[in-house]
Amino acid sequence: MSVLTEKVMTRDWGKPGQPTLKGYKERGGYQQLKRVLDTLQPAQVTDEVKKSNLRGRGGAGFPTGLKWSFVPPLEKNNKPRYLAINADESEPGTAKDRYILELDPHLLLEGIAIACYALGAHACYIYSRGEFKFPSSVLDAAIAEAYADGVFGKKLMGKDFELNVYQVRGAGAYICGEETALLESLEGKKGWPRLKPPFPAVVGLFGCPTVVNNVETIASLPRIFEKGADWFSKLGAAKSGGTRLVTLSGSVLKPGTYEVSMDTSMRELIFDKEYGGGLPEGRSVKAVIPGGSSAPVLTADELEVKLEFDAFKPLHSMAGSGGVIVIDDATCIVRSIWRVARFYAEESCGQCTPCREGQPWMARLIRKIEEGRGELADLDTLMNVAQAIAPWPPIGLGNTICALGDAGALPVQSFVQKFRKEFEDHITRKGCPYGDKPWGAYGEFK
Amino acid sequence: MGEPFYDPAAMSEPLFTAEEQQRFDAGIAELLTHYPTDRKSAAMLPALRHLQSIKGWCPPEGMKQVAEKLETTVAHCYEVATFYVMFHTEKPGKYVIDVCTNLSCSLRGAEGLLGYLEQKLNTHAGTNGEKVFLRETECLASCGTAPCLQINEDHHENLTREKVDRLLEKLT
Ligand SMILES: Cc1cc2nc3c(=O)[nH]c(=O)nc-3n(C[C@H](O)[C@H](O)[C@H](O)COP(=O)(O)O)c2cc1C
Ligand code: SF4
Ligand code: FES
Repeated sequence: MSVLTEKVMTRDWGKPGQPTLKGYKERGGYQQLKRVLDTLQPAQVTDEVKKSNLRGRGGAGFPTGLKWSFVPPLEKNNKPRYLAINADESEPGTAKDRYILELDPHLLLEGIAIACYALGAHACYIYSRGEFKFPSSVLDAAIAEAYADGVFGKKLMGKDFELNVYQVRGAGAYICGEETALLESLEGKKGWPRLKPPFPAVVGLFGCPTVVNNVETIASLPRIFEKGADWFSKLGAAKSGGTRLVTLSGSVLKPGTYEVSMDTSMRELIFDKEYGGGLPEGRSVKAVIPGGSSAPVLTADELEVKLEFDAFKPLHSMAGSGGVIVIDDATCIVRSIWRVARFYAEESCGQCTPCREGQPWMARLIRKIEEGRGELADLDTLMNVAQAIAPWPPIGLGNTICALGDAGALPVQSFVQKFRKEFEDHITRKGCPYGDKPWGAYGEFK
Repeated sequence: MGEPFYDPAAMSEPLFTAEEQQRFDAGIAELLTHYPTDRKSAAMLPALRHLQSIKGWCPPEGMKQVAEKLETTVAHCYEVATFYVMFHTEKPGKYVIDVCTNLSCSLRGAEGLLGYLEQKLNTHAGTNGEKVFLRETECLASCGTAPCLQINEDHHENLTREKVDRLLEKLT
């Protein structure tokens, strides 16, 4: 069993006063920033981040140091630089960034300061999810404290480096988690993703070089500089440094948000006492969505996979945002994917035809099958529509401006390919085999 | 000629009290300091949120004032306000109740929760009433503490019938 030898991200969660500057400083807070400012040049900071093998926790697992290095040097492009923090956390199944905001907001702020110093960015916008009333209030208080204490402002901890940090709250649009839609939203517009290239690192916010990083990614920085890039890198797997936050939900005894070692397997996460504690008596795993609802589904035979970014590739799925959704054997597969398809239909921004027309079409077809009105030809249509948006496998063949197209199309194809019989059963029986109890072990509201 | 974005007649009534106007102006002025001076319209989302925090929704006259302060058009305000579900371009019921029915919540009884609310509040999801506006919403990042809902943006999780009963008692 691969246990977590030491807590990294969650080390101080829940300790007295941790969300306040005082509590944070009592446990060594802002010391890493101080040391970085005193002893390292910005380029050395980026080198350390590269060495640490830190990878983006927002969904794509992109190497963070590499992303930073795409920002052109000042000699080539002397526009202001920006850091944008993606705190839009809306991927179904994912609940981790909100806990960083609620329980350790200064860890994020210290990470932001380190990143801005490395990037030469004098302004950072934290784009937080509109519905996050409480997490946002904790973060606002922390930002105010950091200004009052002289961390932020004209002089970053006394150094001749101005840094301003602002929180901007979203207003209920999943698409704004996509990094270019996020930038559009920060510019005061509706969240329509941009065509890439150019990438944000070159043309981002207000046309300036911008790095967009997830909350958990940036909150990892203080630890990297506390214990060293080598330590962080060794803690993880071959090419993914550190530990990970995962949100375990659905049909397990102990749902919740856990910090895990990259070495932990999906089976351990679901069944170990430390984590999910297994399923209720008599129930077994039917399917697992491993990385937020846009990740292609796994079957009960695919649970040995490690929770490390690269391990999901052979299964044509992804570690994504760490949202693990467990579906038990008493749950209807068609109903499950209908909920997912409906979500993407609802959240498509409408810019590209395959996504705008295809996502609602898929949702309607799945619903038709679930309600017992489907025909076998509908399954073919469903697959054709999905393939027109983004064929699967493998991941990465999408035909649309942004990856929301793939996010809706891949799960559908994976569900139909891996659980085709259950779809066909609905069609031949002209109804849902689970009747009015489609939601499995915990589906009843009590 | 299409429909006007706003009803000119509705604009003859003053929107704000003197105190509200002052709060609105001060809030917008502060927000504008967060952006480059040639990028005032970037403050659109925070400005609409500010307007809504004062009036409970985004009335046309308010959007007109936002447009003026941000040096943009009313059409721009309207486009943004209608794109994002959290902005109300119609006056909502006193209590907006958003219930997550996405997958993780449905696996923990969210469909039953929604049905229970529909029955207790004698309404249907998606209907805006004077007192309550019950809506189905998407994942609220409470997947590990499901099922969940928000009442006027206040978040409640690990819901049971008993908890819901207590929440509903407070809606007066
Ligand atoms: C439709 C869509 C939604 C996304 N939502 C989020 C989100 O809520 N939070 C997030 O951090 N990244 C989200 N992403 C990924 C971002 O585009 C981006 O890759 C990420 O913020 C980069 O940060 P990282 O490199 O630190 O992971 C989303 C991507 C897509 C296509
Ligand atoms: S793929 Fe969908 S969400 Fe993304 S830009 Fe196209 S229509 Fe919008
Ligand atoms: S699915 Fe309901 S909160 Fe995530």
